[in-house]
Amino acid sequence: MLPNKPIKETAMQSLSNRKKIIEQKPMNFWERMYLPAIAKGLGITIRHFFKKIPTVKYPEETRPYSKNFRGQHSLKRDEQGRERCTACGLCALSCPAEAITMTAAERKKGEEMLYREEKYASVYEINMLRCIFCGLCEEACPKEAIYLDGPHVTADYLRKDFIYGKDKLVEPTFDITKLIQDKTS
Amino acid sequence: MEGAFILEKLILVVIVFTVSLVIAMYSTLAERKIAGFMQDRHGPNRAGFGGLLQPLCDGGKFFFKEEIIPAGAHRPLFILGPTLAIITACISSAVIPWGQTLTVGNREVVLQVADINVGVLYIFGVVALGVYGIMIGGWASNNKFSLLGAIRAASQSISYEIGMGLSLIALLMVTQTLSMSEIVAQQSGFVNWNIWVQPIGFLIFMTCAFAECNRVPFDLPECETELVGGYHTEYSSMKLGLYMFSEYINMFVSSALMAALYFGGYNFPFMHDLGLSQNWITILGVLAFFLKIFGFIFFFMWIRWTLPRFRYDQLMNLGWKMLIPLAIANIVLTGVITLIKDTYFA
Repeated sequence: MLPNKPIKETAMQSLSNRKKIIEQKPMNFWERMYLPAIAKGLGITIRHFFKKIPTVKYPEETRPYSKNFRGQHSLKRDEQGRERCTACGLCALSCPAEAITMTAAERKKGEEMLYREEKYASVYEINMLRCIFCGLCEEACPKEAIYLDGPHVTADYLRKDFIYGKDKLVEPTFDITKLIQDKTS
Repeated sequence: MEGAFILEKLILVVIVFTVSLVIAMYSTLAERKIAGFMQDRHGPNRAGFGGLLQPLCDGGKFFFKEEIIPAGAHRPLFILGPTLAIITACISSAVIPWGQTLTVGNREVVLQVADINVGVLYIFGVVALGVYGIMIGGWASNNKFSLLGAIRAASQSISYEIGMGLSLIALLMVTQTLSMSEIVAQQSGFVNWNIWVQPIGFLIFMTCAFAECNRVPFDLPECETELVGGYHTEYSSMKLGLYMFSEYINMFVSSALMAALYFGGYNFPFMHDLGLSQNWITILGVLAFFLKIFGFIFFFMWIRWTLPRFRYDQLMNLGWKMLIPLAIANIVLTGVITLIKDTYFA
């Protein structure tokens, strides 16, 4: 048995001045009628009835995205449609989630139209389940080859399908002159 | 002559029946929309424009659901329950005067199915019958939750019918008649509405009407948090649909009753100063009546999404210890005022 020591009374310091002393007294006749309270409640609900509804009706409306929204990665090409990535590995090094892996390869003769630098990434994979979309790879890249400017990464059924290779990451090729013509015309 | 009379009444019955069914149907949508708006969200808005086809979808779904009759249930009574509920809900609209007279050709058509001289009494009888549907359904389910719901419904109806009857007696002392059409006809214009002479009576009547319709805050018979689904726990498919439907029809009929007994029915302000023909006044009157009814239906829903449910002892206390003494006091007060008026101001 513990000794039954009286707890030392200390003046409780109030942390904030929001303390409210609640006293319970029996309701008076007016309160027991409930009608004023009901009227008050009805007033509250009718005010909400005419309030603006904050819901966004999703498939028809979408919320505006932030200007610096970071979505799926894309590996960029230069003006001549060549891959910019030189497989330096700085993105993989900077990645805090270790989501990026790559295999470097040497550019052969006749591939100058495909790769800008002499070294390129023959395999470039990002595990989208690991990626935290922090954007550090974007910052680390000295060749301006990777940007998180895509849409949301979509859902899938299997884990292996979340490892995105170059087929999904590299920008599709386009004719730059045609694009410029379209823009100017 | 007889044939034309029967045809006229038949058409009127069909119209009243259809209108009450359609209003009950769209009350379900209105309820969900109003609930949505009061909780800062959109209600159902996928089916049709603004969700207008939602009741049809719900109805279709009810029909295609599997119909289950539990093994331990009493089959005939299990089927009789929802049938009785919907029948009693529908027939009480028979004595409500929807408008004045329409002149079609050289016939005067009264917009009331049956102008019986004990209209108020008839409504009372039908409303009292209404609890049988719930009671039989709850008992026949062979489920303790259903039975509890049914017992609650029965005792609640009996308790609140007394308060309702007493509040109506005070009204009848003023109107001196039991005929619905005469009660409404007396309230022509705006200042003659019964609400001005019977405000306490109206309050009691309205509270009791909420209880009779098993609406929140008196929805203890189907109290989900305690009784699973209350008296219709075992019901599925359109049988459940009929119970729901009868609840909404009851709501429509009690709104019509409140509008007719206390808020002048088809009468609207300045109806005799417009200088319109009788037919136009009748049509406008019907519109005014329905406007009042919709107002009351909205009020029913407004209350539903504002107040929490009563505890059962609070319900009984309110019924027996507050409403009945208040109703009796109201009768005495009405009697005294009538006596003073007749003696000194006649």
